[in-house]
Amino acid sequence: MSRTRFIKDSGLTARMTLVMFLLGALFVALVVAVMYVLPPQYAPIIGVIGLGIAWFQWYNSDTIALKAMRARVVTPEEAPELHGMIDRLCAMADMPKPRVGISYTDLPNAFATGRSPNRSVVCVTTGILDRLTAEELEGVLAHELSHVAHRDVLVMTLASSAGIVAGMLTRGAQYGAIFGRRGNDNNGAGAVGFLIALVISLIVYAVSFLLTRLLSRYRELSADRAGAYLTQKPSALASALTKITGEIAAIPNRDLRASQSMNAFFIAPAISGATMQTLTSTHPSLEQRLEQLAKVAADLGRPLDGGFPSPGFDR
Amino acid sequence: MSFWQSIMGRRKPVQANLDALFGLPGAAITLQTAAGFNATGVGSVCYREAEGAAFAQTQADVVSLLNADEGPDVERSVDEYGYTWLVTRQDPSDMSGLVTDLHAVNTTLEAQGFGPGLLCSLVGFTDASGRRLGLVYLYKQGTFYPFAPLDGQRRDNVLEIQIRDLLAKELPIEPQLQRWMPVWGAPGL
Repeated sequence: MSRTRFIKDSGLTARMTLVMFLLGALFVALVVAVMYVLPPQYAPIIGVIGLGIAWFQWYNSDTIALKAMRARVVTPEEAPELHGMIDRLCAMADMPKPRVGISYTDLPNAFATGRSPNRSVVCVTTGILDRLTAEELEGVLAHELSHVAHRDVLVMTLASSAGIVAGMLTRGAQYGAIFGRRGNDNNGAGAVGFLIALVISLIVYAVSFLLTRLLSRYRELSADRAGAYLTQKPSALASALTKITGEIAAIPNRDLRASQSMNAFFIAPAISGATMQTLTSTHPSLEQRLEQLAKVAADLGRPLDGGFPSPGFDR
Repeated sequence: MSFWQSIMGRRKPVQANLDALFGLPGAAITLQTAAGFNATGVGSVCYREAEGAAFAQTQADVVSLLNADEGPDVERSVDEYGYTWLVTRQDPSDMSGLVTDLHAVNTTLEAQGFGPGLLCSLVGFTDASGRRLGLVYLYKQGTFYPFAPLDGQRRDNVLEIQIRDLLAKELPIEPQLQRWMPVWGAPGL
C-alpha cells in the first residue's frame, strides 16, 4: 500500500488546539461578562457590529488585500511562468487553483488571502520575483498555497473576532461612561457598570491580541511544513526565507508603514526591529522556521525499512 | 482533505492514485480504430525529486529496473519547472508493456514514500497526418485528459474535445477543463 514520509507534528497541533480553545473561551467569557455588567440594550448591538466588521473583513479579504497592496490579478498570458508553477503545485496538492496577483512593489513578499479556497488569491510582489530563483519562488508559493488549504484567513478572522468585539466594547464603554454620567438618574451605578465593562474589554483585548499572534505563528509553522512536504524541497523554502528576511532587515523603513496592517498574511513580517518581538510578532523567528525545515528535510532523506534493498549500495 | 485537517493546519500530502492507468491499452485500441491515432510507444512519468539520499537511491533503483529489459534505455531529463521526466520506450504495439513500465516507476516511488511527488504520466500518440496527441494522467485526481500541442505553444482544442468524447467510456476523463494544463515540450510527445 502507499506509504508516507509525512510525520505528524503532534506538539504543534496540541499547542495550536490549546490556543484556539483559549481564544474561544475568552470570547465566551467576554460575552457573559458584558451581558452581566452592561444594561442589556447596549451589549448586543455593539457585539453584532463588532462581529459584522469581522465578517466583512473575512468576506471581502481578497479585494481588500489586493487593494491595500495595490496588486492586480494577472492572467496566464501575462505571467505564464508564475501560472505554470502554481498549476503544477495545485495538481500535486489536489486543490483548486487560486487567482494569481502581482503587486508592483520592491518589498520582497508574498501573501495569500480570500474567504475560501475557491475564492482565494495568491499574490507575489515584483520584489520577490526579482530576488528569488525559480526553485525558491516555488517554495514560497507552496507555503502560500498551504495557507489557502488551511483556510488561514477564516481561522485568523474567527480568532481575532473576540479582539474586535472587545475593541468595539472599549469604545462603547468609554462613550457610555462619559454620557452616562450626565442626564442619568442613578448615574452612580451606570457609570460603575460601564467602567467595569471598559476594564474587562481592555483585558480581553490584550489577552486576545497575544493569543492571536501566538496562533498566527503556529499557522506559519504549519504552512512551512505543508509547503515543504508539497515541493519536497525544504531547503528551497529555507533559502528563500533567509533571502527575504535578510533583505527586509537591510531595506530602510521608507516603505514599511504603508504595509503594516497587512503583516498577518505575509510570508515574512515587514517590520524590522526586536521590541517585544517574541510575544507580538505575527511570524515565528527565522531560526525556528529553519530548524523545522531541517527536520522535514531529515524525514524526507531517511530510508524507509532502515535501508535500501539495492545491490550497488554499500553500507 | 477534511475540514478538520485544514483547520488544524495539518494538511497531509495527497497520495497518488494509480488505479486508472491500466485502462490505457483499451483506450489505445479505441484511438486507433475510431480516430486513426497510433501509439508512438513512448511514455513518460513526471515527478518531483525530493531532497536527500533516500530519493536519489530510489530513483537509481527505478532506472536500473527499467533498463534491465532488452529495449532502449530510460531517458531522464529535468524541465524548466524543476520536475523530472523519465521517458521509457517500448514497441508501439505493446501498450501494456509501456503501462507496466510506467506502473513500475509509480510503485517504486510509492513504496519508498515518495508517492506525493508524482505529478503526471504521458503516453504519446500520432496519426497519419503527423498530428501529435498526448494522454496525460493526473496522479492526484486519478483522471486523464488529452493534450494536442500545435506549433508555437498553441493547442488543438477541437481535437482534444473530440478525444475526450471518444474516450469518455474507456477512461476517467478529467471533468474540470481548467485542470487540463498544457505540458509544453514534454519529453516523449
